[in-house]
Amino acid sequence: MSPLQEILLILGMLAVTFGVRYASLALTGRFPLPPGVIRLLAYVPVAVLSALVVPYVVIRDGAPAVGPDNAYLVGAIVAVVISYTSGHLLLTIIAGMLVFFGYQALV
Amino acid sequence: MPELMISRRQRFLGGIRDTVPMLIGAAPFGLIFGALAVTSAGLSVWGAMGFSLLVFAGSAQFVAAGLLAQGAGIPVIVLTTFVVNLRHALYGASLALFMMHLPRRWLAPLAFWLTDETYAVVIGTWNDPGDRGPFKEWYQLGSSVAMYLNWQCWTLTGVIAGNQFQQATDWGLDFAMVVTFIGIVVPMVVNRAMLVCAVVAGGVGVLCHGLPHNLGLIVAALAAMGAGYAVETLSAGPTPAEETP
Repeated sequence: MSPLQEILLILGMLAVTFGVRYASLALTGRFPLPPGVIRLLAYVPVAVLSALVVPYVVIRDGAPAVGPDNAYLVGAIVAVVISYTSGHLLLTIIAGMLVFFGYQALV
Repeated sequence: MPELMISRRQRFLGGIRDTVPMLIGAAPFGLIFGALAVTSAGLSVWGAMGFSLLVFAGSAQFVAAGLLAQGAGIPVIVLTTFVVNLRHALYGASLALFMMHLPRRWLAPLAFWLTDETYAVVIGTWNDPGDRGPFKEWYQLGSSVAMYLNWQCWTLTGVIAGNQFQQATDWGLDFAMVVTFIGIVVPMVVNRAMLVCAVVAGGVGVLCHGLPHNLGLIVAALAAMGAGYAVETLSAGPTPAEETP
């Protein structure tokens, strides 16, 4: 790529990335949303973050890996249990990492 | 109430502190992106850094690097970037409800720095009914600036190290990100509707992971939002849920 092409590509990606982020942040808050939409938006954190994490953990090397040889899945299940029982973020992170690395070392 | 005494500085530092696991989780991706950008994608050092400095969108940067390696043209890459980043519209719409009181000058920087990680860290604080203190925008700013500087450092390291770090995810450092997302999401699952939402998001996400350009993520998120909404509506009975606070 020539330097000019690189600049054009970066500016194009900047425009669409910032455009989406700014438009939704600036426009949504400025006029009243229907109550149904506000109720729907309450599900955004759980919906998007679960949709990010679950495939990341389950899909290994391009295929679903549901079994004890998938350390990501084992570590994630342990983290869910710790988080559910303790509700403590830092404990979940530290214990989850320890289990993950310990399990990886063992298997 | 102690939160009412909180200062801008405390908020800013709190945002940085709560983002630390995300910084660790993002590190291997910054490294790999930097290395891929100057090797297989064929970008110059400034081109690679320009991606991280000006676009600042991890998954879109990866997809763009992959497309460049296949010789794709600029219009295709820009359009793909748009699709990959559509989930940020959901984040923006969700956060905007809490930012209506903010002066407009805050919106551009907070929008530019809005990432999956910062959204995950800050939504709980914006949403926390027990924290009625001011300056939550400074909390988000702290998280944003930490993510941004961290991303630049690791991209630069990856650029310098070239292709020696392509195995970095094999170290499993990316699991720090996974486990942090889990620690954030699980406490949000407080009722049956949220549980259905999480299960549908994960299930549809796995089923649709083969769709191009991260579209599976959008499909899964929208299906999950609809499912949660439907369960909430059904369990509320004949009275519309809008009337209950």
